[in-house]
Amino acid sequence: MTINQSGWRPTMTEKGGESAASTFTGNKALMLEEALIFEIGSTETTGVDFTGTPAESDAAMPAKAYLAGLEREAPIGLPGLSEPEAVRHYTRLSRQNYAIDLGLFPLGSCTMKHNPRLNEKMARLPGFADVHPLQPVDTVQGALEVIHQLAHWLVTLTGMHSVAMSPKAGAHGELCGILAIKAALAARGEDRRVILVPESAHGTNPATAAFAGFAVEDIPATADGRVDTAALKARLGPDVAGVMITNPNTCGLFERDLKEISDAVHAAGGYVYCDGANFNAIVGRVRPGDLGVDAMHINLHKTFSTPHGGGGPGSGPVVLSEALTPYAPLPFVEQRDGRFELVEEETAGEHHAASFGRMVAFHGQMGMFTRALTYILSHGADGLRQVAEDAVLNANYVLRSLEDVLDAPFGGAGPCMHEALFSDANLAEGFSTLDVAKGLIDEGYHPMTVYFPLVVHGAMLVEPTETESKAALDQFVGALRSVAERAKAGDPALKTAPHFAPRSRLDETQAARKPVLVWKDAEPALAAE
Amino acid sequence: MRYLPLTPSDRDAMLATIGVASIDELFVDVPEAARLSGPIAGLPDHASEIAVERHMTALARKNIAAGDGPFFLGCGAYRHHVPASVDHLIQRGEYLTAYTPYQPEIAQGTLQMLFEFQTQVARLLGTDVANASMYDGSTACWEAIGMARRITRRGKAILSSGLHPHYVSVARTMAKYTGDVLETGTPELVPDTDYHALAEAIDADTSCVVVQYPDILGRIGDLKPLAEACHAKKALLIVVVTEPVALGALKSPGEMDADIVVGEGQSLGVGLQFGGPYVGLFGCKEKYVRQMPGRLCGETVDADGRRGFVLTLSTREQHIRREKATSNICTNSGLCALAFSIHMTLLGEKGLRDLARVNHGAAAAAAERLQMVPGVTLVNTSFFNEFTLELSQEARPVVRQLAENGILAGVSLGRLYPGEGSLANGLVVAVTETTTAGDVDALAGALEEVLK
Amino acid sequence: MSRYFTEDHEWIDVDGDIGTVGISEYAQSQLGDIVFVDVPEDGKELTKGDEAAVVESVKAASDVYAPASGTVLEGNPALSDTPELVNEDPEGDGWFFKITLSDPSELEELMDESAYATFVSKL
Repeated sequence: MTINQSGWRPTMTEKGGESAASTFTGNKALMLEEALIFEIGSTETTGVDFTGTPAESDAAMPAKAYLAGLEREAPIGLPGLSEPEAVRHYTRLSRQNYAIDLGLFPLGSCTMKHNPRLNEKMARLPGFADVHPLQPVDTVQGALEVIHQLAHWLVTLTGMHSVAMSPKAGAHGELCGILAIKAALAARGEDRRVILVPESAHGTNPATAAFAGFAVEDIPATADGRVDTAALKARLGPDVAGVMITNPNTCGLFERDLKEISDAVHAAGGYVYCDGANFNAIVGRVRPGDLGVDAMHINLHKTFSTPHGGGGPGSGPVVLSEALTPYAPLPFVEQRDGRFELVEEETAGEHHAASFGRMVAFHGQMGMFTRALTYILSHGADGLRQVAEDAVLNANYVLRSLEDVLDAPFGGAGPCMHEALFSDANLAEGFSTLDVAKGLIDEGYHPMTVYFPLVVHGAMLVEPTETESKAALDQFVGALRSVAERAKAGDPALKTAPHFAPRSRLDETQAARKPVLVWKDAEPALAAE
Repeated sequence: MRYLPLTPSDRDAMLATIGVASIDELFVDVPEAARLSGPIAGLPDHASEIAVERHMTALARKNIAAGDGPFFLGCGAYRHHVPASVDHLIQRGEYLTAYTPYQPEIAQGTLQMLFEFQTQVARLLGTDVANASMYDGSTACWEAIGMARRITRRGKAILSSGLHPHYVSVARTMAKYTGDVLETGTPELVPDTDYHALAEAIDADTSCVVVQYPDILGRIGDLKPLAEACHAKKALLIVVVTEPVALGALKSPGEMDADIVVGEGQSLGVGLQFGGPYVGLFGCKEKYVRQMPGRLCGETVDADGRRGFVLTLSTREQHIRREKATSNICTNSGLCALAFSIHMTLLGEKGLRDLARVNHGAAAAAAERLQMVPGVTLVNTSFFNEFTLELSQEARPVVRQLAENGILAGVSLGRLYPGEGSLANGLVVAVTETTTAGDVDALAGALEEVLK
Repeated sequence: MSRYFTEDHEWIDVDGDIGTVGISEYAQSQLGDIVFVDVPEDGKELTKGDEAAVVESVKAASDVYAPASGTVLEGNPALSDTPELVNEDPEGDGWFFKITLSDPSELEELMDESAYATFVSKL
């Protein structure tokens, strides 16, 4: 016999019972509440045994302690959990998070692509994971070679002259580039004080320039979402140190005039910093070096798939032009006679005298380098080019599939790059981008980037990335369309979304007015009289 | 390509929906001169998992791993045993592949973990509050100096000679651009810290005094008198802890009235990783919280009155404050903070104290054993799990020679302070729960051989 | 006592040579829930137009400028614990700081209540 030839599917036989309004535990089946470790743990409990550890025979305090009489006596208040309790605690907590592994994560400007697990496996090889940064260089030749190989790829893919590998994240990389510009100007004996930053820039750009002591001046955007080249050129002069431009920009558009801008900035004696946050859109198809860029950070956690980890660690190597290379930070890796050397303060005088100095202890985010190199080798030159193409294809597909229902302020001007930008222009009175975002949560998606870039009212920035299938995109488009239609129709349920998430909208005002940043144990109960 | 789901027919269908004939039409905004016609020459094409794994494994094998033999390096990065469950848990996709918790309704896992982390860190450091982590100890140290400048509106920081030289280098780089004046010095191979001299040097222009505890040579000093001296002149005391396990045995800097305490959290959960990624710890007194850099997680309630957590006080940060932000920092070290927090939860107070006791006991035994070697003098009279030996000859070649024999003997001060003749014979040795008595014997024997 | 307004939505009440400064009802409605106010220290010298105070909502921080030059007499101590006063009573209990005016003639450049109402109605 053939089972279920007709394709029958079970349905509810009669009208279902009333759903339980609440449960004893507060749990809802697989949606589990979890208390804090301070509520469930105890300072007497531990999940680590020291019996039989190598140094256990010395475990008793030595006859003579060497602690300068500063032994910690007061309780610390650190609760412990046994291993099963700890595994359960963190597993239950994890299930309250959205993640790429669960679904499309369309956070514009953040490039939430799949994180290949081979990267994780390679980073955990003891020869990478269990190596100390201050070991003699003869014992870490493989680690230095990883840095060297990754550096070669980054320099070649960007068409630049060199790369500073040590910055810890994108913003740290921006700082690296800006400090190199400052050092180059100082070497020329010039004290240029102004950095020009387009209005649409990431907040880190002005924050970085201000940190380095520059005055930040905004450059307006044109009606088509790009830098106003004429305004920028008009502002150039002997006080302008340089510009910080994001390309592709935060509206998801390619800055067509970047080369022209670079030439003008160079002619006026300044430097061009490119925010490389969106390199994923052009990797393998365009080399920023060909556009006259002097410095650009690359977020390895965006373009090169190292995990975002719930907010870091990032990694932000900075590729540099020939003009800025002499000022790159310490340390860096050099290959000499088949051997890899680490140029640090000691040898800098000989090899790298103009360096602006050290930005970080040790050599940068090695654990991210191994992952990024693994990713790059997996894709190769052909695969990386395909990455950019598919990322751009996916974004344009989303743009064209939704522009009839959501306002796409730059949609008429041509294709986008890796992300599609919408505004709140069509929504019903009283409905905002925030409501669309929260509605998407109920549909099982992480919302897109909202209210950024600032140049578009109620911005919604959708970056699907290349690791989404067409079927995944179609489902997402359907979901966003549905939510957008509800927002246009003024569906009041949207104002209180999400309804199906572990939490409804959180009171951020109260959190900021009376900050509770650490757990305070309850006061001991007053003794009964 | 195994990571790219689109098929050729998908691509064709999508191009048709978009209304273009080819992918090139989507790149029309790129000036013609800058368009690359095909894959960049000179780079290899895509490769199988097997091929990549073989390539990376071959590179990894060119390194000597800490676990390959006797190992004694510290100086800001320490080898501790990390329970297996830590690495398992941080690899759950809901942590590994999540973003910064900007949508709190679907990020309570990360947010609650950060709230727990902040509390653990504050209790460990003895501070009122702690943030959701920084890049690492060295950048946290610099951020603390900047924060002290904002609070005191003074521009001179006095850095202890016992502060990790890389941390000093980072501060020196940044100070060139902010105009902060840094007073620094080189340590001496003597048993005492320089805290007393630092206290004398504080004046009306001093924003802060920065000391490491235990310091780069492993020495421990009482912070209380220094805190008093700082506060008498309205300067802040910043304390840097590069080995958080030490605070399982030692009074916390906060207990001794430090104003800002920063640290490197790598020891717990993170692993050596050739220097990164690590996790910066950052705590301070409550009254300074609005001058703190970095992300903060706070408790609140949702619309139904249930407890929940959000990122808060974000008006300090770059995405709102732009050029007026307290820092340009945009990320934290989330996954490393999670690893730290899980390891700390597995330890609990009992486990942390045990771990600290095992470390100190093993280090004390090692120090006593090693100073019996002819040509070796123990500099320290105080230390936790790391101490400095003065050898009868330059330490750096000794370290290299021992490395050839598979013994990673420690960090020579010549590596950290090149050109400082008075430190050339110094060797900093770290001993943890992973070090066996046999390892110490091997080091002692090898030193005896070389120093003959 | 007379009240003046600036185009940046500060108000100032003047009584003799003492001015009391706050932000307008319109400004608080635009900012939303106020979570923090940073008022200037006593004795701080301000020139008209200087950044004098900061007012923060959850997602925005705005500078409050000195409507006139002078020396800060005191900041509103109530705002540190109850910043919501700025929402509840912006032109009364939610005042930011008092200032001893050094040049009362500067007030002539400011708007009076009806001029400000007209100004706001055009925004």
